[in-house]
Amino acid sequence: MYHARLWSSRHSRGLEIVYNAVNPSLLSVLRGVSKLFGRRFDKPITALESMAKGFLFDCQMCGDCILSKTGMSCPMNCPKTIRNGPCGGVRANGMCEVNPNMRCVWVDAWNGAAQMKNGGAIKDIQFAVNNQNQGTSSWLRMVRDE
Amino acid sequence: MSKVEGITTRQGLNPGDPLPQPPGHKSHGRFEQVLRAGHFAITTEIAPPDSADPDEILKRAHLFDGVVDAINATDGSGAHCHMSSLAVCAILTRIGYSPVIQVSCRDRNRIAIQGDILGAAALGVTNLLCLTGDDVSAGDHPEAKPVFDLDSVSLLQTVRTLRDEKQFLSGRVLDTAPNLFMGASINPFVPPLENRIDQLAKKIDAGADFIQSQYCFDIDLLTSFMARAVDMGLTERCYILIGVGVLASARTARWLRENVPGVHIPDAIIDRLDGATDPKQEGRNICVELMQQIKEINGISGIHVMAYRQEKYVADVVKRSGVLGGRQPWAPEQMKTSIGIVS
Repeated sequence: MYHARLWSSRHSRGLEIVYNAVNPSLLSVLRGVSKLFGRRFDKPITALESMAKGFLFDCQMCGDCILSKTGMSCPMNCPKTIRNGPCGGVRANGMCEVNPNMRCVWVDAWNGAAQMKNGGAIKDIQFAVNNQNQGTSSWLRMVRDE
Repeated sequence: MSKVEGITTRQGLNPGDPLPQPPGHKSHGRFEQVLRAGHFAITTEIAPPDSADPDEILKRAHLFDGVVDAINATDGSGAHCHMSSLAVCAILTRIGYSPVIQVSCRDRNRIAIQGDILGAAALGVTNLLCLTGDDVSAGDHPEAKPVFDLDSVSLLQTVRTLRDEKQFLSGRVLDTAPNLFMGASINPFVPPLENRIDQLAKKIDAGADFIQSQYCFDIDLLTSFMARAVDMGLTERCYILIGVGVLASARTARWLRENVPGVHIPDAIIDRLDGATDPKQEGRNICVELMQQIKEINGISGIHVMAYRQEKYVADVVKRSGVLGGRQPWAPEQMKTSIGIVS
């Protein structure tokens, strides 16, 4: 949802606090589920992630989530899916060059990052997304890549 | 082999033969030599023709003889279809020009791009500009599938992997690495203004050896941007060339501002064109003045002149600006009028 995602990047600091508080317990639950049931619950977990992040961030389920490093603004909503934005075409009013009715996700990302405690992570270089992960859960990958 | 002011001016038997690569250089190209020797460099761009005629490219390049150090060949600019940048560059290298191949991420995925980069180096191209590219919706084929597998920063990393690690992104090893002088673009004139310097830093971290900027019509913005770049030590790590444009009229300027993404033209410039008796001449005067002001700013290594459909005036503005300070860039000794592939 467009308006929810604008809200999210405006409230990036609050979401960062929530993320830092909830993430360890979420991961330990998922770790337990994963250990006990293998991949049997992957589908509902992925659907849950898609719903929650879809509502808050217009998450595109790239499977390689970097929201905490991009000011809580999802880079996959950029029409060019730039992971190291913004591009040079941003309009003078901060809107997207491709879709003039949408705010540049990277203008929001930099604004969001400026409010966050670990906002400096937006300066890290992100390599191109792994297209094999499209549609899969970032949460489960975090658990299984450990 | 003769050398003038640190620049190799002649090569082997054939004009397209590669120059020797000096120690510490990333490429064997003349453009890198000019910058490393500390000269103020001039680059420009060729709009690739809507044609299969190679002579058309040489005709267009000939307009820049003796005033530019490198010629960019755009890659489907504005998402319009033209001859490929790779082909234009390959034709230019045959007679010794130093072209800059522009690689955009819009039309090709990482497999195609890596192949093209090796091919470009094999064809004698020594300079490469990494761009994300305009969206397909900006061009004449809006129904095309946009690729954007990489973005400009990932592309820089990709080139660095090929060149410095001598391998593909997959890790598969190359027999011979492409020796390329690698560039990126910046646009300090559009939002988020505050963070544009971080974007420059990121591109340098990703491996950019040189930068060519979007059109600069706002010296105040550029001055503050460059002051920050110098403070952060970025100008020590990378050669920065600032883009300038030749405006034909106030109407063109308004059209550019409204229709070309990322072009910032202050009202003062447009008013000046509006009030001029000869707007074409005034557009060139503005360009000359901008070039002179840009050269005075600390940390800038050169100027990139973009004169779409005004190419014949590039030599005039460069000469009148005096930014070359009497230096004459390399030009082919004998202009071959035809390379006779088509006709």
